[in-house]
Amino acid sequence: MILLSISDLAVRYGRSVKAMHGVSFDVPDQSVVAVLGSNGAGKSTLLRAISGTLSLHGGEITNGTIELDGTRIDRMDPAAIVRRGLGQVPENRQVFSRMSVEENLRAGGLATPPSRRAAARAAVLDMFPKLADRASQPAGLLSGGEQQMLAIGRAMMGEPKVLLLDEPSLGLAPLIIEQIGRTVTEINERGTTVVLVEQNAMMALTVAHTAVVLEVGELKLRGDADELKASEDIQRLYLGGHAESEEHADAEQGEAAERLERRRKSLKVWSA
Amino acid sequence: MTTFVQVLINGLGVGAVFGLLALGFVIIFKATEVVNFAHGSLALFGGYLAYQVKDSIGWFGAVIVGVLSAAILALAIERLLISRAKHASHDSLAIMTIGIDTIILADVVRRLGTAAAPFLGDPYDTKSVSLGSLTVSRTYLVALATALVLFTLFFIAFRKTSWGLQMRAQSENKEAAALMGIRSSRVTASAWVVGGLLAGIAVFFLATNDIGGGSGLLSAHTVAFAAFPAAIIGGLTSTEGSVIGGLIVGLTSALGAQYVNYEFGVVAVYLVMLVVLVVRPSGLFGRVDQVRV
Repeated sequence: MILLSISDLAVRYGRSVKAMHGVSFDVPDQSVVAVLGSNGAGKSTLLRAISGTLSLHGGEITNGTIELDGTRIDRMDPAAIVRRGLGQVPENRQVFSRMSVEENLRAGGLATPPSRRAAARAAVLDMFPKLADRASQPAGLLSGGEQQMLAIGRAMMGEPKVLLLDEPSLGLAPLIIEQIGRTVTEINERGTTVVLVEQNAMMALTVAHTAVVLEVGELKLRGDADELKASEDIQRLYLGGHAESEEHADAEQGEAAERLERRRKSLKVWSA
Repeated sequence: MTTFVQVLINGLGVGAVFGLLALGFVIIFKATEVVNFAHGSLALFGGYLAYQVKDSIGWFGAVIVGVLSAAILALAIERLLISRAKHASHDSLAIMTIGIDTIILADVVRRLGTAAAPFLGDPYDTKSVSLGSLTVSRTYLVALATALVLFTLFFIAFRKTSWGLQMRAQSENKEAAALMGIRSSRVTASAWVVGGLLAGIAVFFLATNDIGGGSGLLSAHTVAFAAFPAAIIGGLTSTEGSVIGGLIVGLTSALGAQYVNYEFGVVAVYLVMLVVLVVRPSGLFGRVDQVRV
């Protein structure tokens, strides 16, 4: 069953900046879909379009449709979309830094029926026990990893059917990134569909079932995460590439050393 | 000593009224980032309608009419003008409120014409109470008590209710608040309504002989202007600061007027504001973000 469907989506910022066009893909229920792409590829724009927050950034959907569980949501405001079962962890976490951890979680549960808030809170604290220890601390004083946990926990307080995660690994240490990856898997195993936007393709493709690749506002690749992980293009663009042979690697190393030497010489000229 | 205590009580009484106005002003600013220069007009409008109905429905009825009409006017300004100017900058919207203020002020003054100065503080105005060796005007005591009750109710609502949580979330991060399912337009509208209600209550103390002076309602708009320095001294982003800013303004003007002269009392408020702005540009309690290092 398809839970989230994006069809022929086009987005514009202001009057003339076309940030995305012709993007179509489906997100099956209970799956994890990774959205990969470099800076400026349109990953965050895609999430804003789905969650209805484009207007807060001066953007608008100019074409296409977005359906959540069979209902069109592309003309709805963010509050209505959240109430239909969509949660988002925005880029840079955006926790309410002057509010306590507890208040952040309360804010996350505002759209949840009061009778279900306690259960949602218990599930979040079960996943992130550290948040219970930090309950009275201002969120702005948490570490980056803890803030990310809080941002995810806050979104989960809304008991979303689909959770959008915008670069959850950004600026975090490798160990924490691994932890985030495990968290995404756990959230998915508990029944939430996840759309994971990442620049860290290795982590994203490890936890995702399928993936799509955006490039300058267009969808360039799609497929199973495992297949994409093995693809040459993905290896070269997002996983650090690999040399085809030792000779090739030596040649590349030689070229790099030469480039460095040239730069040093020019620096000497400037510093003389 | 007796005079000093009396001046303190008077200063706190006036300051509490400025605090009511400044609190409403800050709530509106926090929710919309619009500096509402029409805040004095909300008070004036409520006061004018209350004055019109006071003789026919009595003082208590007039209070309800005045307070509600100020709130309805605030809501109308937000729904009909501010919320429709989606692409206007906050500066443009602030200038728009100056226009609204000018129109309302001119119209109320025109309607009042040359009639005798209207006063609204019937149960307490120009009546005194003896507290030991002190003789204090009732207006100041009633103003102080009313404001204390309202401040307490407001801060309980702001800290403990989901309305307060929504207000604080939206004032901190509009996008994140929207992603929590918070309906921005409702939060904004409720902020204007609360601002209007507080202005509507404040006018019943401003339009008195004791606080407003001889011109009654007509001076309410001018006196309400002191709420701006109160909000700026406390910090435009701090609700607690607005209350303390109001009390500072009230005390400064009362002490200045008593121990130097009336004119100095007026000017001293702005001197304090300038000093605060130089030392703490975001006001005494204004937003200073905590950053983990």
